[in-house]
Amino acid sequence: MNGQRVIAIVGKDLKKTVREPAMLFLIVLFPLMLTLVFGISMGGVGGDTTQTFVLGVVNHDSGPSASWSTRFIENLTANPMLDIQSYADDNSAAEALSQGKMAALVTIPDNFDESCASFQEHPTNESLWVRATLNVSVDKGSMIATQAIPPLIQQALVATLVGQQSNVSIPVSLGTASLVQAERRSVFFYMVPGVFAYGTIFIIMEVGQSFTVEREEGLLRRMNTTPLTSSEFMTAQVLSNMVIAIIQVIVVFATAFAIGYRPESDASGIAMAFLIVSVFSLCCVGLGLICATVAKSTGAATGLAFVFIMPMMFFGTFVSAAASSPISTEIGRFMPSQYVTDAITSLFSRGAPVTSQSVVVDLAVVLVFSVVVLIAGIVLFRKYGNR
Amino acid sequence: MDKIAIEIKDLRKDYGDVIAIEHLDLDVAEGETFGLLGPNGAGKSTTINILCGLLEPTKGSVRVGGYDVKTEPGKIKKLIGVCPQEMGVFPYLTGRENIEFFGNMNAVPKKELKSRVEKLLEKLSLTEDADRRVKTYSGGMKRRISLVMTLVSDPKIAFLDEPTTGMDPQSRRAVWEFLKELGGDSRTIILTTHYMEEAEYLCDRVGIIDHGKLIALGKPSDLMREHNVANLEEVFLKLTGRRIKEAA
Repeated sequence: MNGQRVIAIVGKDLKKTVREPAMLFLIVLFPLMLTLVFGISMGGVGGDTTQTFVLGVVNHDSGPSASWSTRFIENLTANPMLDIQSYADDNSAAEALSQGKMAALVTIPDNFDESCASFQEHPTNESLWVRATLNVSVDKGSMIATQAIPPLIQQALVATLVGQQSNVSIPVSLGTASLVQAERRSVFFYMVPGVFAYGTIFIIMEVGQSFTVEREEGLLRRMNTTPLTSSEFMTAQVLSNMVIAIIQVIVVFATAFAIGYRPESDASGIAMAFLIVSVFSLCCVGLGLICATVAKSTGAATGLAFVFIMPMMFFGTFVSAAASSPISTEIGRFMPSQYVTDAITSLFSRGAPVTSQSVVVDLAVVLVFSVVVLIAGIVLFRKYGNR
Repeated sequence: MDKIAIEIKDLRKDYGDVIAIEHLDLDVAEGETFGLLGPNGAGKSTTINILCGLLEPTKGSVRVGGYDVKTEPGKIKKLIGVCPQEMGVFPYLTGRENIEFFGNMNAVPKKELKSRVEKLLEKLSLTEDADRRVKTYSGGMKRRISLVMTLVSDPKIAFLDEPTTGMDPQSRRAVWEFLKELGGDSRTIILTTHYMEEAEYLCDRVGIIDHGKLIALGKPSDLMREHNVANLEEVFLKLTGRRIKEAA
């Protein structure tokens, strides 16, 4: 592999992105404007757009004093984002939830007191803990509720057991390790993670158009008459588009930050978000190559790109998060953008550590998707597209 | 013939049912400027594309610089420079950047690349406009930049596919002088052109192709004498006919 050739192609592609107005808009200005307009319209800037969620609580705690569950409910009540309503039994609570009278329902199990007491007695010996699970049901019709309420319950739970410490194990689980500070959040806060994948998926169109134009203008053929190898060419394409994806993440992040967005993660979480989006860009390059292979003109490549962009947009970015349904959730499982959004949501909205299972699994899924799609794109383009 | 730069034996190229080239035998010597002439669709560009390794021959053997185009295309690409018919310039790069890009594709050492670029720009009167983006250039300037892009790697064998098409007479003359000088060293040049006076002026030998077959081969002066005409264009018309042949 000759570095001089690879660097020259990366440099050329980046110059193209900066110098061609259409590319510059698509890659840089579009994500910037999207974040800005979105932030303003969704309450990221100005005005008090605080939401309050009605949370139903059914307490089955049968402990001797039930003091732990009482303290837990007090911690929930102390959160200004939650309006707590107690229910005597499961049926009436479930009915209220199905009627839309609350955003979510938490059911405290009968061994809650016993579990918390075991933790207090043996805080460092997990083998002696009595495990308990809080059942949480959230109104799926409210994207914000599904994103915001579980971390708020988790926070109250941790506060009940260990005070403000957030990184210790506890015997009571929600099925999630997510944590979030009890601060007032706008809708924008919960939707920013979806904007990252949204910006990146347009690389599909950029790659599809670029390759088609260069083929139409005989540039690919001309490069083929030089000692440039296929692997050098593809490596350069991957690198340049990774750089573009990172620039997009910086643009989205900086714009969101400038209008008040503050992620619940440290530098490692932000670095992980960059990594995930970079990996996702490989998938977009692969899909762009498939578009360029099939399409015989720039217009056709643009149209074809939307065949990939639309489903990823509607089932795997902030768009799907805003209007999720059981079907869209199921379809979203097949969209790599969904895993990007999910990972960044865990990192930025829930403050999940980079090593948390959900983030690592999301990264692994995006990586597998991307490698498979990229290889398919390269093989198809080499065989049929470079003519 | 001196040492052979290009050796074509019984070449055939089919596109489905269409035979683009048939029974083509041709040798080009090292340092020779050879003109490949023919009407549109005669098979000139197909021949060039095979020689450059862009197309695979259906039948026959082709060696460029001693290497087989089928089995050793990588080695051939290190020897050649190609100036394609369709220009092939990046419009968003400047003239200088386009040239440097192709120098980098051929792994020309950075220091050497800079001096070569300056020299070539000056020879083709492009220095003043070298830092403007190519999309602002006239058609003739784009052609000249494309030619420099081909030669920046100092190729032993240069394929120039209609390099002066669309140029004004002054630019064309300048390019001719440049190519004449270029052909003076040991470089082999394969030139296709529709300008017969260009072939007459620049080429040591010419081959005329029609319907994929080589129908004449020799020095321009010998061909003119043989056909008893005053110039190469008359030879060309005599051999290929006066009827317009270009397919729709």
